[in-house]
Amino acid sequence: MKRRWTLYDPRLAWMLVAPVLLLLIFFLVLPIAVMAGYTFFTFVTAGVETSALTTANWHEFLTDSYYSGFLLKTLRVGAITAALCGVLGYFPAYFIWATTFRHKWLLLLLLIVPFWISFTIRTFSWINILGEQGVINVALLKLGIINEPLPMLYNEGAVILGMLHFLLPYMILNVYVSLESIDRTLISAARSMGCTSAQAFREVTLPLSLPGLAAGLLLCFVLAAGSYVTPQLLGSGRDALFGNLIYDTIMGELNWPMGATLSIVLFIVLGLFAAVYTRYMGMSQIVKGLGG
Amino acid sequence: MKLTTTKRLERLHDRYANGDLSRRTFLTLTAAAAASAGLSMPWMGRALAAVQEVRFDGWGGTVQDAIDKFAFQPYTAKTKIKVVQGTFGDEDEIITKIKTAKPGDYQVIHSSGVNYYIKYVNAGLTSEINEANIPNMANVLQPMIEPFRKLTPKLSAVPYDYGTTGIAYNTKVISPEEAKEKGAALLLDKKYAGKVGGYSDMTTRVWYAALATGQDPNNLKDMDAIWAKVRETRDLAKKFWSSGAELMDLLSKGEIVVTDAWSGRVAALQDQGHPIGYLDPAGSYAWMEDMLILKGSPMAECEELINFMLDPATSIAVAEGQSYPPSLDPNKVKLTEKIEKLPAFDKTGTMKSLTFADPTYWATNEDAWTKQWNRISKGA
Repeated sequence: MKRRWTLYDPRLAWMLVAPVLLLLIFFLVLPIAVMAGYTFFTFVTAGVETSALTTANWHEFLTDSYYSGFLLKTLRVGAITAALCGVLGYFPAYFIWATTFRHKWLLLLLLIVPFWISFTIRTFSWINILGEQGVINVALLKLGIINEPLPMLYNEGAVILGMLHFLLPYMILNVYVSLESIDRTLISAARSMGCTSAQAFREVTLPLSLPGLAAGLLLCFVLAAGSYVTPQLLGSGRDALFGNLIYDTIMGELNWPMGATLSIVLFIVLGLFAAVYTRYMGMSQIVKGLGG
Repeated sequence: MKLTTTKRLERLHDRYANGDLSRRTFLTLTAAAAASAGLSMPWMGRALAAVQEVRFDGWGGTVQDAIDKFAFQPYTAKTKIKVVQGTFGDEDEIITKIKTAKPGDYQVIHSSGVNYYIKYVNAGLTSEINEANIPNMANVLQPMIEPFRKLTPKLSAVPYDYGTTGIAYNTKVISPEEAKEKGAALLLDKKYAGKVGGYSDMTTRVWYAALATGQDPNNLKDMDAIWAKVRETRDLAKKFWSSGAELMDLLSKGEIVVTDAWSGRVAALQDQGHPIGYLDPAGSYAWMEDMLILKGSPMAECEELINFMLDPATSIAVAEGQSYPPSLDPNKVKLTEKIEKLPAFDKTGTMKSLTFADPTYWATNEDAWTKQWNRISKGA
């Protein structure tokens, strides 16, 4: 007897999911698989490689402390950036959530406005702010506060600042979404049971908003650690991150097998962080945060 | 200009007559053309229609502006063939893109001379130019063509301009006398620590380290000393720039007061009124640039374009606009006073006053040295 379709038929579910699955396979899984295959190719000279299989690239990565040093530095900068995003992003998110301002949508719109401007231009703008002839130095010099321009550009601080600029909206949105899901009667209940405002925040609001904060931290960390443009524009060579190493290996040395190896390493390391987060927190919070 | 079938066949015949094609190939192609003409359908005419556009990729900024204004726009006006342009900051970047594209996606590259030519050759990206289609090549300096011909007797590129990477300095901070006295050593002067720049490129860094250690850049004996000097400059440097636009930005904004720099970009800054001086120290790094046609390109149209670009009137206008001397032989073509005053200009046409990198020597060491430079630039 022919089976009839039902509303929750697994076949229907597969059919609905199939287009996305195909997209994922062709545009995510397959490219990563090709990159993974490339890690075993043999580098001949700049721009030339053969498909003779070798483990030389992995051997070089695992035995050369230059790469592991860079990886640790990248994770450190990513962690600092994410932590700063957490500290600086929580308060605006809390303010937007708590405000009684009638046009709250306007505040949320302001968060999204920076995305209307090209990321590269936004990053370049810091050169005109932090540079020797930038707004800050010129103002301080004219006010007579300093005699020599402050070295604020082309260092790690500038790189982190640039990444904060880029990542802060992601953090604020994640925390805001998390705060929005809190049942406000819980706070009222805490207050009616004798909690001060600060205690109600510490005992109720903060713990319930932690999933959003954690999701923001993960997102900011992964994006910062995979960053390439910001260190390139606002940092010196010493402030390069792992992404710059990959770029130079592929684009500068034209050594695709080694570049692929480094790419897969970064993918695995950042993937591990995401996996650990998913294990304990679940991905739903990030999806909510990105969805607004 | 649309190339008609007749013209294509004439060119085919010319190539056969010049010995560029074997008799068998010539007959095969002619038969194919005849068959396609005889059996053609209405849609085939459109499909086989002449190329409507040529893809060009160059260095952007003032250089490409000049090429666009004085060569591409007049070319398009004359032939109706549009030149679609792209830019790159580093030529390795475009090589990567070419490798991942299908043949013909990228067609003409404003390439950095023989050092890079060898990379295209090794990667199998070069084409074979029919020089008969570029009659203006007769005016090009032979000393510029010869290094290319040594690598591939059948050329894939035509030299177009040349320049030097000398020392640029802010005249408000460094006097011309001091610059002349110290020369390349300015890049290592601790007095300017934190205000030094440099091109983020292995060849330039090693070249200037060679000058600083008194070695011949085309025959380095002590690489440890070279890397030590490269590190020394790195530690004094504020920023190693990676494009002409960034170089001009750093110098004009006063972020750096001394750097090695491309002569044409400095000339452009001087034209804009910035207080920037320039000098070529003894052994200054000279380079040439060429118009390279990639494999898979529409050869007839690309050759036509390059021939147009090499026309003396066009080439001189471009040279004046981009501030780099043209590859035209001054003994054959009367160049302008402005060009004769450009940095690096060689009035003899022998190029003996300029020190170019030996392509074979540098190609041999390129991989290892680039890797080492990339590490040093990141603090290793």
